[in-house]
Amino acid sequence: MNTFRAALGRELLVLWRSPAEIINPLFFFVMVISLFPLAISPKPELLATVAPGVLWVAALLAVMLSLDGLFRRDQESGVLDMLLTAPVIPVVPVLAKLLAHWLLTGLPLVLISPLLGHMLQLPDGALGTVMLSLLLGTPALTIVGAIGAALTVGLNRGGILLAVLVLPLYIPVLIFGAGAVSAAAGGANVGGILAILGALLALTISLGPLAVSAGLKISSGN
Amino acid sequence: MLGSPRYFYTFSSRVLPWLTPIALLTLAAGLVWGLAFAPADYQQGNSYRIIFIHVPASSGALMGYMALGVSGLVAVVWRMKMAEVMLKSIAPFGAALAAISLVTGALWGKPTWGTYWQWDARMTSMLILLFMYVGVIALQAVIRDPRQAARAAGLLAMVGVINVVIVKYSVEWVQTLHQGSTLKMFGESTIDPAMKYPLLLSMLGLWLLYAVNVLLRARTEVLWRERRSKWVSKRVKEGEH
Repeated sequence: MNTFRAALGRELLVLWRSPAEIINPLFFFVMVISLFPLAISPKPELLATVAPGVLWVAALLAVMLSLDGLFRRDQESGVLDMLLTAPVIPVVPVLAKLLAHWLLTGLPLVLISPLLGHMLQLPDGALGTVMLSLLLGTPALTIVGAIGAALTVGLNRGGILLAVLVLPLYIPVLIFGAGAVSAAAGGANVGGILAILGALLALTISLGPLAVSAGLKISSGN
Repeated sequence: MLGSPRYFYTFSSRVLPWLTPIALLTLAAGLVWGLAFAPADYQQGNSYRIIFIHVPASSGALMGYMALGVSGLVAVVWRMKMAEVMLKSIAPFGAALAAISLVTGALWGKPTWGTYWQWDARMTSMLILLFMYVGVIALQAVIRDPRQAARAAGLLAMVGVINVVIVKYSVEWVQTLHQGSTLKMFGESTIDPAMKYPLLLSMLGLWLLYAVNVLLRARTEVLWRERRSKWVSKRVKEGEH
């Protein structure tokens, strides 16, 4: 637990000192969403229909793009090699890193999402579900995306490749996340769908860090 | 024993000469029987006959990805060389089968459902399966060291197998248009025996052909990886295949 706390503190500090990495995903999220009323139509009923999907796809892309450089700095500075030469698999530091990353890039998306949902004409009753579904969904997206980031860490052309690897893996979370928001907008009970999202999150938290560590080992040639 | 590339090479040299004709004959027999001799469907007429290509291709694509996942597990955990070779050899044919399944499905959908494409559960799953094949192939293509490339792809395939299962159940949540399976391994099939046997035959034929393709690709890959070893240079000098 002490290792975890120390690692979390370090990761938070490192991220905090490069504010662009925190702010850019947030602006990306806001900008992508504001493109849709311009591209589709500003008609309220139409926007409200597509809003769950738009919110979720934009959040998914923001999370994915924020992960591109997740391990790059650690690799360049040699921190990654130190972690990997340790006698245990680096599950604890990896988990700390992912948590720090989500706290500073994923959580802001969750916090701003009701505002964007409102701008997309979602009924007020659905805004809570927007937040809750993203609260459960974005950590899962961060962890699954980190597997892709770990596998592509040594490669120069990360971006598009990362998307090709990771987007198919995002589909279940997307289906249930956007599904929950749609159901809430239609006035249905969303407890069941949110429970499935929670189950997906539990699955990724338990197995994801192992896969990320294994991916880092493979990429570093160990 | 099969874990040794050299043993695999000699073993596959012995298997291929009879496996290849058997695969081609089985597939040809199944297709000719299905396309020319099986009775027409009482509802769909002759258009149902695309089933003799569609179902074998779909099942082959699905099995191929499962095989990728298993090879991935072996390659990542035990670092077996042949599992790494398999990861490279299984993917291309599987991706092609997934594409064939999508195209034949679209062609079959037009006369029966009146549309080439619907975002129905099974079609969506197959499309995502194709995407995941593409991911495995793309990852192997950019990592230079072949052993590292194979293990990276192996890990991705393992995650992918879990994903295939989740995707399958999560898209069924969206309303489904596709008919249920008519072939059941356990219990009574809901397909007429006159259609079932040619279908089973063409499925078996295509799977065998897949195996032949994997063996051929794996042999090339083994030769390339072991190009500096004595047994390969000896074979090359003696002009053996």
